[in-house]
Amino acid sequence: MAVAAQAQSIEEQRKWEGSIDQLRGLVSERAMTGETMLLNMGPHHPSTHGVLRLLLELDGEEIVTCLPDIGFLHTGIEKSLEDKSYEKALPLTDRMDYLSPMSNNMSYSCAVEKLLDLDVPERGQIIRVICLELARCASHLVWLGTHAIDMGAMSVLLYAFRERERVLGMFEMLSGQRMMSSYIRPGGVWRDVPAEFLPTIKQFLDDFPAKVDDYEALLTQNPIWKDRAQGVGVVEPDVALAHGMTGPALRGSGVNWDLRKAQPYSGYETYDFNVPLGEHGDVYDRYLIRIQEFRESMKILNQAVARLETVKGPYRSENRKYVPPLRSELGQSMEAVIHHFKLWTYGYDAPDDEIYSAIESPRGEIGCYIHGTGANKPRRVHFKTPSFIHISALPVMSSGYLLADMVAIIGSVDIVLGDCDR
Amino acid sequence: MEIPAARDPVSAARDAFGDAVLHVKQFRGETTLVVEAARLPEVLDFLRVSSGLVYNMLSDISAVDYYPEDYGDEFDGADGDYRPGRFAVSYHILSMLYNRRLRVKAFAAEEDPRLPTATVVWPAANWLEREIADMMGITFDGHPDQRRLLMPDDWHGHPHRRDYPLGKETVAFSFNEAEIRKHKPFAQN
Repeated sequence: MAVAAQAQSIEEQRKWEGSIDQLRGLVSERAMTGETMLLNMGPHHPSTHGVLRLLLELDGEEIVTCLPDIGFLHTGIEKSLEDKSYEKALPLTDRMDYLSPMSNNMSYSCAVEKLLDLDVPERGQIIRVICLELARCASHLVWLGTHAIDMGAMSVLLYAFRERERVLGMFEMLSGQRMMSSYIRPGGVWRDVPAEFLPTIKQFLDDFPAKVDDYEALLTQNPIWKDRAQGVGVVEPDVALAHGMTGPALRGSGVNWDLRKAQPYSGYETYDFNVPLGEHGDVYDRYLIRIQEFRESMKILNQAVARLETVKGPYRSENRKYVPPLRSELGQSMEAVIHHFKLWTYGYDAPDDEIYSAIESPRGEIGCYIHGTGANKPRRVHFKTPSFIHISALPVMSSGYLLADMVAIIGSVDIVLGDCDR
Repeated sequence: MEIPAARDPVSAARDAFGDAVLHVKQFRGETTLVVEAARLPEVLDFLRVSSGLVYNMLSDISAVDYYPEDYGDEFDGADGDYRPGRFAVSYHILSMLYNRRLRVKAFAAEEDPRLPTATVVWPAANWLEREIADMMGITFDGHPDQRRLLMPDDWHGHPHRRDYPLGKETVAFSFNEAEIRKHKPFAQN
């Protein structure tokens, strides 16, 4: 290769490498002169919980600021939804927050139900509550295991995943899928619970509280854990609100806000449970809240399972303009065949208007904004996801703490990058 | 502490801003307030701080593109919905005190869509607006960080626009070297 051409290509490369001037105004002036160090963390770092790149500005070991860089897992889900009928778009929503797909299904289904003004029968609502609380347990178990392993406690991961397997086994029983379940659908759930589900979940509810005590025995009073977690990543309540934080991260700062209580959906207002709150807004309080949420979820699950045994009836809306008929109806009714054909080919029309509906996922508020077109495909679907908001708040949570604390802070807000990038 | 009685956000905004409130819509129990784009931050700040309203939290910002024909002067569908411009940006705000939500909406024109930023009211708007600037191509004047958020820095176009083709995109990793060189000169050797 000619020397001149090579020199030119180096020039070209320089042009694309970018200079520090691009970051002017985003990092402090001290970084411009080289007084503080800019350091990349990720995108392939084990404790970034996915592919997240953080550009850290460090003064010695202290974090001055950080610039999160996301988009590595962007899959264009919102764009793809625009080309699918409402029912067929549902499996895509599983793939956003892959640790609690049931919550995504629920947020999307609630939004579609609101747009269509569709009813959900009582049994369907009870099954939904069971699924959502199981999803909360499964998601918190992954959080617990990975958060602990980030901070150097190796064994918790194995215990947490042991229990998570049982929850995923129950999801498989319900939907045929361990993770990407697509079980909660507009109008109710895909099918009724199978006969072996009730004994399995009862066994789980008997066993699980003791397991939560085991996790607590490993961590809650552990001096190393307390050392790493207490007083780290403190967020004041007004800062948390200004940055739009929700879920356990907001409740850790002592703000009593849980959509299951404040704006109940799926019959949550009829269950007896508490909303655990923190005081200090640090990593440790957010840990305690999620541990207590295991116990609150158990309370809800016990009540819901008891109801499931008594409440019989349809598990999905019988509005045949929106919900496909059962297999058993197809052999007997011509009308059912027509509905079946229409709903699985064309779908249904939704009004040319917009709605926003939000639910409380394990991580916080998942909002779903749908704008219909009047036809069978949406004009725009937008998901407001808790991970997105919490990553954008990382700079205020982490500045002033040590580099090693960054790992604890990322773990404590429980981010999922698929949820963030969509 | 006594909580002041809740006020109707529509009449409160009309009293304070008059003609800047262009349209009000009710649908499925949700109130939408369409306001003049230039006064958007003012309206949002008013709704946030006024007693009896206290919309203290920004839940979400979402943008919608009414391309190709569902907007403008000739548009007369959807029960007289008001759609003066091609792009609309909805601010979903939440009052925790009175436990209610409100949608504040502003329109942007097709040519060079621009809106003033809401980051001065809520820091939470920072990334939500960056996402819209990236995916929908709406510029937010006064936004502190104008870089792309989700797409790569050298990406062409704004994927969430309705005229951006679905399933036809520049392949970032391919053997189409002419195409790669055009966008990524650093990938040459």
